[in-house]
This record gives sequence, structure tokens and C-alpha cells, in this order.
Amino acid sequence: MKITLKIWRQQGPNTKGHFKTYKLDHVSTDMSFLEMLDVLNQDLIKKGEEPVAFDHDCREGICGMCSLYINGRPHGPLQTTTCQLHMRTFSDGETITIEPWRASAFPILKDLVVDRSAFDRIQQAGGYISVNTGGVPDANEIPISKKIADEAMDAAQCIGCGACVAACKNASAMLFVSAKVSQFALLPQGKPERKERVEKMVAQMDAEGFGACTNTRACEAECPKGIQITNIARMNREYFSAMVSSYEVAAGEGGAG
Amino acid sequence: MKWIVDMFTSTLGRKLLMALTGLFLILFLAVHLAGNLQLLKDDGGRAFNIYAEFMSSNALIQFVSKGNFFFILLHTGMAIALTIKNRKARGPEGYAVVSGKSSHWTSRNMGILGTLILVFIVTHLYHFWAQMHGYWGNITTLDYDGKPVRDLYTLVDMWFAKGWYVGLYVFCMAAIAFHLWHGFASAFQTLGLNHLKYNGVINVIGKAFAILVPAGFAFIPLKMYFS
Ligand code: HEM
Ligand code: SF4
Ligand code: FES
Repeated sequence: MKITLKIWRQQGPNTKGHFKTYKLDHVSTDMSFLEMLDVLNQDLIKKGEEPVAFDHDCREGICGMCSLYINGRPHGPLQTTTCQLHMRTFSDGETITIEPWRASAFPILKDLVVDRSAFDRIQQAGGYISVNTGGVPDANEIPISKKIADEAMDAAQCIGCGACVAACKNASAMLFVSAKVSQFALLPQGKPERKERVEKMVAQMDAEGFGACTNTRACEAECPKGIQITNIARMNREYFSAMVSSYEVAAGEGGAG
Repeated sequence: MKWIVDMFTSTLGRKLLMALTGLFLILFLAVHLAGNLQLLKDDGGRAFNIYAEFMSSNALIQFVSKGNFFFILLHTGMAIALTIKNRKARGPEGYAVVSGKSSHWTSRNMGILGTLILVFIVTHLYHFWAQMHGYWGNITTLDYDGKPVRDLYTLVDMWFAKGWYVGLYVFCMAAIAFHLWHGFASAFQTLGLNHLKYNGVINVIGKAFAILVPAGFAFIPLKMYFS
């Protein structure tokens, strides 16, 4: 099939970017979207032009690195990661517009590559549990109901890809943060830092400059891992109850408070 | 006390204020409609006037009314603060192509709908509230069995005889309907009240409220205009 690509090119974080148009004449419908870009880059290298920079790693839908805002939607028209998107989803002769994630908290490094370390800093602020060293505890020692365990596992599916931020008109990171908060809030292992965790992660999320949630649910519709906004409601509950009942902790303070 | 400041300056805390004030305004709309429906009573406006006189002179009602003004300002203030933050969060360069498929139209346009509502509230207050309270115009006072009662009914009747005013009124009620189509259930989500057992009920009540209450408000001027 033949396709036309309109791709955002930008030299560096502080330079001005622009769209550039490329034509590909021999695209196989079986190619993944990233393979199609590999072919484009091969062509560009042969022609002595600079290849398009884009993020990817596992190419099997688990690492969250591949980004790309394709035809107005993060990860393109299907609710998958870009590496799991195939060219058969598009039609012959189609023009495909590829943009980077757009959010102040995700500055562009080059072309389609954005810096998502804001997510890492949110995780570092509270997305962990304390585990004491010593003998390995018996896995079945702590009773957890199946439904709760399932819900925690569903939240833990989040791969930190940032599609929720990209999809949201407010560039809000609520779906990501709420998945990370929920995953631990639901389980006994997460109880010791429960209040402190949500307070610190929300504070970090705000400090990074993500927007506020207006419950449009665009994140949920685009999340490749099916994370649901019930997690956002849970985070709101956790946050309000933590704020009114916790001992006051300052952001960045170490230890279980 | 730093935690209180932290909480209400956080995005979540500001949303909490929006949701709580929004829900209060929803309650207010229901009460306001119940009062307005008396305009339809075929008694030359007697029931409505007595009701309006009571509402504008009772100390408790006046106290709640001050709160209501404050909540409208708070709701609007938070809306502006959050909208500015959200614009900034997207960054200077927006998307060239945006597909609107993944969210509902109303949820993306709460600010525009809210602004329409605000313009309406201001004109509405100017025309009725300000005259009722004697800030301008000269509202006549009637004598109901020896009790002086201000004749708000005649004033309302006069405005609802103007086609353009009725049109504007109905249009703004539509804006409220769309605002609440998203807002009602959204407020519960913001408060963290999202639960499979209750979501269905909240949604049904929310959608029904969003249609029926603005429709009720809009029906009154239409009826008075055409009869
Ligand atoms: C009768 C008057 C009004 C009622 C009953 C009302 C009700 C609500 C409710 C229930 C919400 C949902 C809150 C949430 O998502 O947590 C909401 C959101 C909102 N309202 Fe209003 N509102 C009214 C007037 C206004 C006005 C005058 C404005 C501003 C100019 C406004 C702007 C907004 C905005 C921008 C949102 C979305 C905020 C967000 O989701 O973050 N509203 N409103
Ligand atoms: S919540 Fe979904 S869309 Fe957001 S970062 Fe996690 S996996 Fe990606
Ligand atoms: S490259 Fe790892 S999820 Fe797509």
C-alpha cells in the first residue's frame, strides 16, 4: 500500500519544530507501525537525511516506551500501544499525521521523543512499599479476597506510557497516578505508607505541571491497558481522607510517617 | 494548618470545591424551580408574589442566598483557576489533528457552557433580583389582605412577553442542561463516589435532572409568552 506521512520534526528541546511530509510506496499491511517507521528511516539514511527520532523498546506492548500521537489519537486508532498497531488498520493512500505527546510536563527532546521522567519522579515520591529484609514470608499468609487482588492487579497493569496525558485535553496525569496509588492502596502490603503515598504523589503530580481532571474520560478510552477511571475516584477518596486525617508530612520527607 | 492550604490549592482540592459548590447549585436549582412553577398558577400571581416576598425577607433564606452568591463566585473562580492551569499543562504547541471520538462533547466544553450560564445569571439578577430588592426600577407594592407584597409577578410577566428575552432564557436553560448532563455525575466522581452499586442510579438521576429541571424552567416563559 501507499501512504503519505506528515511527521513532526524538531531538532532539539528549544528549537522550533514543523511538519514534514514523506511518501512511502511499498508498505506491507503486515508491518507494525514502528516497522513502517524503520523502513522510512532506512530510506532517509540512504538518502543522507537525518532519520526520524521516535521512542520504542520492547515492541511487545509491555514497556510503555513507544509513544506517537497518530491521526489525533495516542497510539493511533486502536486502543493498543503503537508497537502493537499494524498497517492494516490504515487504508491505501491514507495520509497519516504523527505528532509527539503534547504536555508541558513531557518536554520534547527531539522529533517525536518526549521526556517522561516526570512520571518517574511521581513514582519516586511515593509509588513504593517498604519491605523488611529477613526470611521470605509465606505467600498465603495474608488473606486477600480474589476481587480485591484482581482490582489491584488491573491497576498494576499500567505501563506508564503517558497516553492518558496525551489524550487528555488538560494533559492531566490522573489516570496514571491513580493506577499507581490504587495498586498499593488496595493491598495490605501498601497500608503502612497509604496516606503519605497519595499525599506525596499528588503533590508531585501538581508540581510537575500536569493539568486537573475534568472527568472527560478520554484517558480511559485511550489507555492501552484498560485502566479505568474508578481508580481516579479511588485516588480522590484516598487523597481527601489522607489530607484530613494524616499526620502532616512535608513532600520529600523520608521514612514511614 | 498548612495542610488546609495545601489541600485547597492542589488540583484535587480545587476540584473538590467545584464539585461541592456545583452540587449545592444543583440543589438550589431544584428549589428555585419549585418556586417558579407557582407562576403557572391561575391566580393573577398571588401565590408567586407571596412566595417571593417570603423568600426575599426571611432572614434564614437571605443568609442561604448570600452563601449561594458566594458559591457561584467560588465555582467560577475555581473554574477559571483550573482552566488556566489546564491550558498551561498542554504547553504552547497544541495538536494539529485531534479526534473527538474518545470523550463526550459536553465534558470538553464545561467552560464555555459555564460562561454562558454566568452571563445568564448576571442578566437574570439584574432584571429580577435587583429590581425586587429596589436597586433600580420601581416595583409596585400590592395589598394582600392588609399585608404589603411586592408585585414581582407583573415584572416577570412583562419580561416574558418579550420574544427575544424568552428566546435567550430558553437558550440558557439548554446551556444548563448540557452543563449538568456532564456535571451531575462528574461531581460524584470528583468526590470519589464511584461505585458499581450506585453508578447506575447516579447516572440515571443525573441525566433525568439535567433534562427535566432546565425543561421545567424553560416551559414557564414559553407558556406565559404564548398565552
Ligand atoms: C446553575 C449554575 C451551575 C451549576 C448547577 C453547576 C454545576 C456544576 C457541576 C455539578 C459541575 C461538576 C463538578 C465536577 O466535575 O466535579 C460543574 C463543573 C464545571 N462548572 Fe459549573 N455549574 C454552574 C455554573 C457554572 C458557572 C457560572 C461556571 C463558570 C463560568 C461554571 C463552570 C464550570 C466548569 C468550567 C466546570 C468543569 C470543571 C471541572 O470539571 O474541572 N459552572 N458545574
Ligand atoms: S494509565 Fe494507561 S494510558 Fe496512562 S500511563 Fe498507564 S497504561 Fe499508559
Ligand atoms: S515498545 Fe514497549 S510497549 Fe511499545
